[in-house]
Amino acid sequence: MTEKSLHIDWIACDGRGLCTELLSELLERDEWGYPRALGYGSDVPVPRQLQDAARDAVALCPRLALTLS
Amino acid sequence: MNAQTINPQSLNSQSLPVTTTRQTTSSDRLFLAGGPGFAQHRQVFGPLPSLSSAQLIDELRASGLAGRGGSGFPAWRKLAALDPAARGRSVIIANGAEGEPMSAKDATLLARAPHLVIDGLLLAAASLGSGDLYLYCSGTALDAARRALDEREDARRIQLREAPETFISGEASAVVRSIEKGVALPRDHRKRLTEAGLGGRPTLVHNVETLAQVALVARYGAHWFRSQGVDDESGTRLLTVRAPGNELRVIEVPGGITIDDALRRARVDPASLSAVLVGGYHGGWVPAQAFGTPLTRDRLAPFGASPGAGIVMGLAKGSCPIQVSAQIASYLAGQSARQCGPCVNGLPKMAETLSRLAGSHSAGGPLPATLAQEVRRLAHIVTGRGSCHHPDGTAQLVLSTLSTFASDVDAHLAGHCEEARA
Amino acid sequence: MSEALWALGRGTGVISLILITVSVVLGILTRSGRPAFGMPRFAVTLVHRNASLLGSVFVLVHVVSLFFDPYAELRLVDFFVPFLGTAKPIWLGLGTVSLDLLVALIVTALLRRFIGHRVFRAVHWFSYAMWPIALAHSLGDGTDAGTVWFLTLAGLCTAAVLGSVGWRASRVFVEFRGTRGAEEPA
Ligand code: SF4
Ligand code: SF4
Repeated sequence: MTEKSLHIDWIACDGRGLCTELLSELLERDEWGYPRALGYGSDVPVPRQLQDAARDAVALCPRLALTLS
Repeated sequence: MNAQTINPQSLNSQSLPVTTTRQTTSSDRLFLAGGPGFAQHRQVFGPLPSLSSAQLIDELRASGLAGRGGSGFPAWRKLAALDPAARGRSVIIANGAEGEPMSAKDATLLARAPHLVIDGLLLAAASLGSGDLYLYCSGTALDAARRALDEREDARRIQLREAPETFISGEASAVVRSIEKGVALPRDHRKRLTEAGLGGRPTLVHNVETLAQVALVARYGAHWFRSQGVDDESGTRLLTVRAPGNELRVIEVPGGITIDDALRRARVDPASLSAVLVGGYHGGWVPAQAFGTPLTRDRLAPFGASPGAGIVMGLAKGSCPIQVSAQIASYLAGQSARQCGPCVNGLPKMAETLSRLAGSHSAGGPLPATLAQEVRRLAHIVTGRGSCHHPDGTAQLVLSTLSTFASDVDAHLAGHCEEARA
Repeated sequence: MSEALWALGRGTGVISLILITVSVVLGILTRSGRPAFGMPRFAVTLVHRNASLLGSVFVLVHVVSLFFDPYAELRLVDFFVPFLGTAKPIWLGLGTVSLDLLVALIVTALLRRFIGHRVFRAVHWFSYAMWPIALAHSLGDGTDAGTVWFLTLAGLCTAAVLGSVGWRASRVFVEFRGTRGAEEPA
């Protein structure tokens, strides 16, 4: 499993910005605080070296809005 | 909004003899029964055929039938997507909710030929062994649907559900949640409906026209189906044609006809229009010079449009396209189901910015040239960032406005409106 | 032996109060969606969680040590059912209530993925009840309650929680508040 995908559930996400801190290489914050991966929508490919950070983001998201698969 | 009228041409071919190899020369198929009654329907189309799931899926695959709800997803794929082991628990929903205010074809179909829809639903259910069946439609079509369901014994098991009158009510996961919980709001799409939909059961949501076409393919076969239309847009499809000063018409046309042809068949003079919006509010603008474009996916793609749910809306010469688009964008922004941050915040801002652009000539003075870039930027920000395609579709309309009407946009930025002056 | 247990019970009680206060304050700050005390957002959440877990461990030691302390006259039932205690039933009962709430909070937090965000959030609101009850218990039951240092500590904890609640209730609390209009409070 080299490539994983981070799914953002927009209904759950409240733009609290934890994931954008942990995955700043992958996600930026839009002008309303919601995470945004350039070129991707709700499913963001996560390179291997960022998978641990992605797992942290999944665990720490206060709204349970993230899943890694 | 105009009253619905049906093109009489689709009604005058009464009770043709039906054989399984029948070829029709006219494009009338769906309205062939000539009325909504079950007796007429039986007389024209005969009894329900019986097909195994493999037969039905193969036939649909060969027919090339694409979903008529908007996404154009091949009809067979949804059936094939169901895990065979789970088929017995599956739920099928006939989706007749036309949230799109420009569309009238599903309500028309349910009013004129409800039994083909019911046939399609029953055929799909029989081939898969599905348990629960639903017919979901807006209030306007409800009575016709109920009457039809009451007319036949085999339709007793179909449950009728009313769709709320919101733009988003026809989105597949909103359909499921509406039936489940009474709120027609989309859900997150990580889990597919075909895996866990209504009550956690595998669920298929098919547009009513798609199901009516399924009923025809099941009876007459893929070869017959393809005798109308073109390769990548096979069979016939219903179009809702609206143009200012013309009656709204729902017509059945062969797939892949040109925009010009479609307008003429709906008795709209193409010369009276400066552009058409194809595919509805989530569609794209095609300018008058390109009315020769056929209504197929590939050929419409450069305009950001697709045949979608079969909507062709004319823009009269002399009305400002930016203004009209801004109004549509504002309407769509208001129809956000207010669940997803980028959609809730981005669509109103995008619509507002487009409205500023549209109102430039009355605001007086030139606008900053960055305004168009700002609209484009917002369109890119919202795209793909919602639980349903509402932001994507709205952004698509806005981007298509900027590219199709590029010279109008420039004129607006310079402080005047080309159309309003004309 | 009994002296040692008693001291342990007192000490862990005080530390529990501090940790739970930290947890409540950081929990409130986390909700604002802002960084706090120079920590990034994820760190605020992380410290909030760890303070809660650590606090729970201290609460566990606190009750277990006092259970074995003959002087405290605790029975097993007093850990779960409030107000049955023989010594100071009211103040002890408050401790039991806050313990029960704490258990509910921790369990639902750990099972968040399975029970869903709604249930988690509904139960989490009880933090606002748990903290003052725990504080009342410490003031009413605590051996050190009358001492200046403890009253100072209790005062500081109260100020911290009241301060964050006040900020929570103010209009400037949520980051991007202009864009978070109609959502439900949580
Ligand atoms: S941490 Fe969760 S709630 Fe916060 S922005 Fe990321 S996905 Fe959204
Ligand atoms: S994308 Fe917009 S319309 Fe779709 S579910 Fe989210 S908020 Fe609702």
